[in-house]
Amino acid sequence: MGGNSPCASCKLLRRRCAKDCIFAPYFPSDDPHKFAIVHKVFGASNVSKMLQELPVQQRADAVSSLVYEANARVRDPVYGCVGAISYLQNQVSQLQMQLAVAQAEILCIQVQQEPMAPTPQLDQDDKSFLLHNNVGLPHHHQYLNLANSSSNVIQDSLKRESIFGDMVS
Amino acid sequence: MNSGRCSACRYLRRRCPPDCIFSPYFPSNNPQRFVSIHRIYGASNVAKLLQQLPTHLRAEAADSLYFEAQCRVEDPVYGCVGLIFLLQQQLHNAESQLAKTQAEIAVLKSQAQHPQTQQVEAEPEFNNFLQQQLDNAADLNFSNQGSSGFM
Repeated sequence: MGGNSPCASCKLLRRRCAKDCIFAPYFPSDDPHKFAIVHKVFGASNVSKMLQELPVQQRADAVSSLVYEANARVRDPVYGCVGAISYLQNQVSQLQMQLAVAQAEILCIQVQQEPMAPTPQLDQDDKSFLLHNNVGLPHHHQYLNLANSSSNVIQDSLKRESIFGDMVS
Repeated sequence: MNSGRCSACRYLRRRCPPDCIFSPYFPSNNPQRFVSIHRIYGASNVAKLLQQLPTHLRAEAADSLYFEAQCRVEDPVYGCVGLIFLLQQQLHNAESQLAKTQAEIAVLKSQAQHPQTQQVEAEPEFNNFLQQQLDNAADLNFSNQGSSGFM
Protein backbone atom coordinates (compact mmCIF):
# COMPACT_ATOMS: atom_id res chain seq x y z
CA MET A 1 0.00 0.00 0.00
CA GLY A 2 2.41 2.72 1.12
CA GLY A 3 5.54 0.76 0.19
CA ASN A 4 6.94 3.20 -2.36
CA SER A 5 7.74 6.78 -1.57
CA PRO A 6 5.00 9.21 -2.63
CA CYS A 7 5.45 11.18 -5.84
CA ALA A 8 6.20 14.89 -5.65
CA SER A 9 2.55 15.75 -6.21
CA CYS A 10 1.21 13.60 -3.40
CA LYS A 11 3.96 14.87 -1.10
CA LEU A 12 2.95 18.46 -1.77
CA LEU A 13 -0.76 17.69 -1.55
CA ARG A 14 -0.14 15.59 1.56
CA ARG A 15 -2.10 12.63 0.43
CA ARG A 16 -1.58 8.94 -0.09
CA CYS A 17 0.12 8.17 -3.39
CA ALA A 18 -1.99 5.47 -4.97
CA LYS A 19 -0.53 2.87 -7.29
CA ASP A 20 -2.43 4.38 -10.20
CA CYS A 21 -1.68 7.99 -9.21
CA ILE A 22 -2.00 10.04 -12.37
CA PHE A 23 0.87 12.33 -11.41
CA ALA A 24 3.41 9.75 -10.29
CA PRO A 25 4.94 8.87 -13.69
CA TYR A 26 5.61 12.53 -14.49
CA PHE A 27 6.40 14.12 -11.13
CA PRO A 28 9.02 11.99 -9.39
CA SER A 29 9.78 12.72 -5.76
CA ASP A 30 13.32 13.88 -6.54
CA ASP A 31 12.05 16.99 -8.34
CA PRO A 32 9.54 18.71 -6.08
CA HIS A 33 9.91 22.07 -7.83
CA LYS A 34 8.43 20.72 -11.06
CA PHE A 35 5.04 19.94 -9.54
CA ALA A 36 5.13 22.96 -7.25
CA ILE A 37 5.33 25.36 -10.17
CA VAL A 38 2.65 23.60 -12.20
CA HIS A 39 0.37 23.51 -9.17
CA LYS A 40 0.97 27.20 -8.54
CA VAL A 41 -0.05 28.25 -12.04
CA PHE A 42 -2.62 25.66 -13.11
CA GLY A 43 -3.69 23.93 -9.92
CA ALA A 44 -3.43 20.21 -9.21
CA SER A 45 -7.04 19.40 -10.07
CA ASN A 46 -6.84 21.17 -13.44
CA VAL A 47 -3.63 19.34 -14.28
CA SER A 48 -5.20 16.04 -13.26
CA LYS A 49 -8.24 16.74 -15.45
CA MET A 50 -6.06 17.70 -18.41
CA LEU A 51 -3.98 14.54 -18.09
CA GLN A 52 -7.02 12.33 -17.71
CA GLU A 53 -8.39 13.66 -20.98
CA LEU A 54 -5.27 12.64 -22.87
CA PRO A 55 -4.12 9.21 -24.05
CA VAL A 56 -1.28 7.90 -21.87
CA GLN A 57 1.36 8.20 -24.58
CA GLN A 58 0.76 11.97 -24.86
CA ARG A 59 0.84 12.78 -21.17
CA ALA A 60 4.61 13.12 -20.80
CA ASP A 61 4.73 15.78 -23.52
CA ALA A 62 1.72 17.52 -22.04
CA VAL A 63 3.43 17.68 -18.64
CA SER A 64 6.62 19.06 -20.23
CA SER A 65 4.70 21.81 -21.99
CA LEU A 66 2.72 22.65 -18.85
CA VAL A 67 5.95 22.92 -16.86
CA TYR A 68 7.40 25.15 -19.58
CA GLU A 69 4.35 27.42 -19.56
CA ALA A 70 4.25 27.54 -15.77
CA ASN A 71 7.92 28.52 -15.61
CA ALA A 72 7.33 31.22 -18.21
CA ARG A 73 4.37 32.58 -16.26
CA VAL A 74 6.30 32.68 -12.99
CA ARG A 75 9.21 34.51 -14.64
CA ASP A 76 6.90 36.92 -16.44
CA PRO A 77 3.57 37.12 -14.62
CA VAL A 78 2.15 39.61 -17.14
CA TYR A 79 2.96 37.94 -20.46
CA GLY A 80 4.13 34.40 -19.68
CA CYS A 81 4.84 32.43 -22.87
CA VAL A 82 3.22 35.09 -24.98
CA GLY A 83 6.28 37.27 -24.32
CA ALA A 84 8.46 34.63 -25.94
CA ILE A 85 6.03 34.28 -28.86
CA SER A 86 6.12 38.02 -29.44
CA TYR A 87 9.92 38.05 -29.31
CA LEU A 88 10.24 35.15 -31.77
CA GLN A 89 7.70 36.68 -34.12
CA ASN A 90 9.74 39.89 -34.21
CA GLN A 91 12.96 37.97 -34.81
CA VAL A 92 11.43 36.03 -37.71
CA SER A 93 10.05 39.24 -39.26
CA GLN A 94 13.41 40.97 -39.01
CA LEU A 95 15.25 38.04 -40.56
CA GLN A 96 12.74 37.85 -43.38
CA MET A 97 13.34 41.55 -44.02
CA GLN A 98 17.10 41.03 -44.07
CA LEU A 99 16.63 38.09 -46.41
CA ALA A 100 14.57 40.21 -48.81
CA VAL A 101 17.31 42.88 -48.81
CA ALA A 102 20.01 40.27 -49.40
CA GLN A 103 18.05 38.72 -52.27
CA ALA A 104 17.59 42.16 -53.82
CA GLU A 105 21.32 42.69 -53.52
CA ILE A 106 21.97 39.46 -55.43
CA LEU A 107 19.70 40.63 -58.23
CA CYS A 108 21.56 43.92 -58.37
CA ILE A 109 24.93 42.20 -58.52
CA GLN A 110 23.73 39.88 -61.26
CA VAL A 111 22.39 42.80 -63.26
CA GLN A 112 25.69 44.64 -62.71
CA GLN A 113 27.54 41.74 -64.17
CA GLU A 114 25.50 41.95 -67.38
CA PRO A 115 27.73 43.91 -69.78
CA MET A 116 24.93 45.92 -71.51
CA ALA A 117 22.63 46.67 -68.56
CA PRO A 118 22.74 49.83 -66.40
CA THR A 119 24.21 49.45 -62.95
CA PRO A 120 21.70 49.94 -60.15
CA GLN A 121 23.20 49.54 -56.71
CA LEU A 122 21.90 49.08 -53.24
CA ASP A 123 23.90 51.38 -51.07
CA GLN A 124 23.92 51.46 -47.30
CA ASP A 125 21.15 54.07 -47.15
CA ASP A 126 18.87 51.98 -49.38
CA LYS A 127 19.43 48.93 -47.23
CA SER A 128 18.79 50.96 -44.11
CA PHE A 129 15.58 52.35 -45.57
CA LEU A 130 14.31 48.89 -46.52
CA LEU A 131 15.11 47.50 -43.13
CA HIS A 132 13.51 50.22 -41.09
CA ASN A 133 10.56 51.37 -43.11
CA ASN A 134 9.07 48.47 -44.98
CA VAL A 135 7.17 46.58 -42.32
CA GLY A 136 5.64 48.06 -39.20
CA LEU A 137 7.15 45.83 -36.56
CA PRO A 138 5.30 46.00 -33.29
CA HIS A 139 7.09 48.10 -30.71
CA HIS A 140 5.28 46.50 -27.80
CA HIS A 141 3.36 43.37 -27.13
CA GLN A 142 0.14 43.15 -29.08
CA TYR A 143 -2.30 40.33 -29.01
CA LEU A 144 -4.40 38.39 -31.43
CA ASN A 145 -7.92 39.70 -31.61
CA LEU A 146 -9.63 37.10 -29.50
CA ALA A 147 -13.06 38.68 -29.48
CA ASN A 148 -14.25 35.99 -31.88
CA SER A 149 -14.25 33.00 -29.60
CA SER A 150 -14.56 30.47 -32.40
CA SER A 151 -11.31 31.53 -34.08
CA ASN A 152 -8.57 28.94 -34.21
CA VAL A 153 -5.76 30.71 -32.42
CA ILE A 154 -2.84 28.54 -33.44
CA GLN A 155 -3.80 28.23 -37.15
CA ASP A 156 -4.48 31.96 -37.40
CA SER A 157 -1.17 32.70 -35.70
CA LEU A 158 0.74 30.76 -38.29
CA LYS A 159 -1.16 32.13 -41.29
CA ARG A 160 -0.98 35.79 -40.36
CA GLU A 161 2.08 37.90 -41.06
CA SER A 162 1.97 38.99 -37.47
CA ILE A 163 0.05 36.98 -34.91
CA PHE A 164 -0.88 40.04 -32.95
CA GLY A 165 -3.68 42.26 -34.02
CA ASP A 166 -5.16 45.13 -32.08
CA MET A 167 -5.72 44.36 -28.46
CA VAL A 168 -9.33 44.13 -27.52
CA SER A 169 -9.88 44.96 -23.92
CA MET B 1 -28.36 42.82 -7.48
CA ASN B 2 -28.02 40.06 -10.05
CA SER B 3 -27.97 42.38 -13.05
CA GLY B 4 -24.67 43.75 -14.36
CA ARG B 5 -22.55 40.79 -13.31
CA CYS B 6 -19.30 40.22 -15.16
CA SER B 7 -18.99 36.99 -17.14
CA ALA B 8 -16.80 35.44 -14.44
CA CYS B 9 -19.35 35.94 -11.68
CA ARG B 10 -22.12 34.80 -13.99
CA TYR B 11 -20.19 31.62 -14.70
CA LEU B 12 -19.38 31.12 -11.02
CA ARG B 13 -22.99 31.91 -10.10
CA ARG B 14 -22.12 34.44 -7.51
CA ARG B 15 -22.71 38.05 -6.73
CA CYS B 16 -20.44 40.44 -8.59
CA PRO B 17 -19.07 42.88 -6.01
CA PRO B 18 -18.15 46.46 -6.96
CA ASP B 19 -14.46 45.61 -6.53
CA CYS B 20 -14.63 42.30 -8.39
CA ILE B 21 -11.13 41.41 -9.58
CA PHE B 22 -12.48 39.86 -12.78
CA SER B 23 -15.03 42.36 -13.98
CA PRO B 24 -12.73 44.85 -15.80
CA TYR B 25 -11.25 42.02 -17.87
CA PHE B 26 -14.16 39.65 -18.29
CA PRO B 27 -17.12 41.71 -19.45
CA SER B 28 -20.53 40.09 -19.64
CA ASN B 29 -20.61 40.39 -23.43
CA ASN B 30 -17.82 37.84 -23.86
CA PRO B 31 -18.61 34.78 -21.76
CA GLN B 32 -16.29 32.45 -23.70
CA ARG B 33 -13.26 34.35 -22.48
CA PHE B 34 -13.74 33.31 -18.88
CA VAL B 35 -14.86 29.80 -19.77
CA SER B 36 -11.48 29.03 -21.43
CA ILE B 37 -9.49 30.59 -18.62
CA HIS B 38 -11.47 28.81 -15.96
CA ARG B 39 -11.06 25.50 -17.72
CA ILE B 40 -7.27 25.73 -17.85
CA TYR B 41 -6.29 27.82 -14.82
CA GLY B 42 -9.28 27.88 -12.51
CA ALA B 43 -10.89 30.97 -11.05
CA SER B 44 -8.86 31.19 -7.85
CA ASN B 45 -5.50 30.89 -9.64
CA VAL B 46 -6.44 33.64 -12.05
CA ALA B 47 -7.70 35.85 -9.23
CA LYS B 48 -4.45 35.30 -7.30
CA LEU B 49 -2.36 36.07 -10.33
CA LEU B 50 -4.22 39.26 -11.13
CA GLN B 51 -4.19 40.41 -7.52
CA GLN B 52 -0.43 40.12 -7.39
CA LEU B 53 -0.04 42.50 -10.31
CA PRO B 54 -0.30 46.29 -10.35
CA THR B 55 -3.65 47.39 -11.76
CA HIS B 56 -2.24 48.88 -14.95
CA LEU B 57 -0.77 45.51 -15.98
CA ARG B 58 -3.78 43.34 -15.31
CA ALA B 59 -5.48 43.83 -18.66
CA GLU B 60 -2.44 42.59 -20.54
CA ALA B 61 -2.07 39.68 -18.13
CA ALA B 62 -5.73 38.71 -18.66
CA ASP B 63 -5.24 38.86 -22.43
CA SER B 64 -2.12 36.70 -22.35
CA LEU B 65 -3.78 34.19 -20.02
CA TYR B 66 -6.71 33.97 -22.41
CA PHE B 67 -4.38 33.48 -25.38
CA GLU B 68 -2.54 30.67 -23.62
CA ALA B 69 -5.77 29.08 -22.42
CA GLN B 70 -7.18 29.11 -25.96
CA CYS B 71 -3.97 27.56 -27.30
CA ARG B 72 -4.24 24.83 -24.68
CA VAL B 73 -7.89 24.18 -25.51
CA GLU B 74 -7.00 23.80 -29.19
CA ASP B 75 -3.87 21.75 -28.55
CA PRO B 76 -4.24 19.93 -25.22
CA VAL B 77 -0.78 18.34 -25.50
CA TYR B 78 1.45 21.30 -26.36
CA GLY B 79 -0.69 24.42 -25.92
CA CYS B 80 1.12 27.59 -26.93
CA VAL B 81 4.46 25.83 -26.57
CA GLY B 82 3.69 24.17 -29.91
CA LEU B 83 3.57 27.63 -31.45
CA ILE B 84 6.91 28.49 -29.84
CA PHE B 85 8.52 25.40 -31.37
CA LEU B 86 7.14 26.27 -34.80
CA LEU B 87 8.43 29.84 -34.53
CA GLN B 88 11.85 28.57 -33.44
CA GLN B 89 11.87 26.37 -36.52
CA GLN B 90 10.89 29.31 -38.73
CA LEU B 91 13.65 31.35 -37.12
CA HIS B 92 16.20 28.62 -37.77
CA ASN B 93 15.10 28.30 -41.41
CA ALA B 94 15.24 32.05 -41.95
CA GLU B 95 18.73 32.21 -40.40
CA SER B 96 19.94 29.36 -42.65
CA GLN B 97 18.52 30.99 -45.73
CA LEU B 98 20.02 34.35 -44.83
CA ALA B 99 23.44 32.84 -44.24
CA LYS B 100 23.24 31.00 -47.58
CA THR B 101 22.20 34.16 -49.38
CA GLN B 102 24.98 36.17 -47.78
CA ALA B 103 27.48 33.50 -48.81
CA GLU B 104 26.17 33.72 -52.36
CA ILE B 105 26.64 37.50 -52.26
CA ALA B 106 30.23 37.03 -51.08
CA VAL B 107 30.89 34.63 -53.92
CA LEU B 108 29.28 36.88 -56.53
CA LYS B 109 31.25 39.87 -55.28
CA SER B 110 34.41 37.85 -55.41
CA GLN B 111 33.56 36.84 -58.96
CA ALA B 112 32.99 40.46 -59.90
CA GLN B 113 36.41 41.41 -58.50
CA HIS B 114 38.20 38.59 -60.28
CA PRO B 115 36.42 38.25 -63.64
CA GLN B 116 39.01 35.80 -64.99
CA THR B 117 37.68 33.18 -62.56
CA GLN B 118 34.13 33.29 -63.91
CA GLN B 119 34.61 30.19 -66.04
CA VAL B 120 34.09 27.90 -63.12
CA GLU B 121 34.53 24.67 -65.07
CA ALA B 122 38.08 25.69 -65.86
CA GLU B 123 38.81 26.67 -62.24
CA PRO B 124 38.28 23.74 -59.91
CA GLU B 125 39.72 25.65 -56.92
CA PHE B 126 37.14 28.39 -57.29
CA ASN B 127 34.38 25.82 -57.73
CA ASN B 128 35.44 24.20 -54.46
CA PHE B 129 35.48 27.60 -52.76
CA LEU B 130 31.91 28.27 -53.94
CA GLN B 131 30.71 24.88 -52.75
CA GLN B 132 32.43 25.36 -49.40
CA GLN B 133 30.75 28.74 -48.85
CA LEU B 134 27.35 27.21 -49.53
CA ASP B 135 28.06 24.13 -47.39
CA ASN B 136 29.23 26.30 -44.49
CA ALA B 137 26.03 28.30 -44.66
CA ALA B 138 23.89 25.15 -44.64
CA ASP B 139 25.80 23.62 -41.72
CA LEU B 140 25.46 26.57 -39.37
CA ASN B 141 24.43 25.47 -35.89
CA PHE B 142 21.91 27.54 -33.98
CA SER B 143 22.41 27.02 -30.32
CA ASN B 144 18.98 28.13 -29.32
CA GLN B 145 17.11 25.68 -31.50
CA GLY B 146 14.81 23.50 -29.37
CA SER B 147 15.95 25.02 -26.11
CA SER B 148 14.42 27.61 -23.89
CA GLY B 149 17.45 29.83 -24.08
CA PHE B 150 15.44 32.91 -24.92
CA MET B 151 13.43 32.68 -21.67
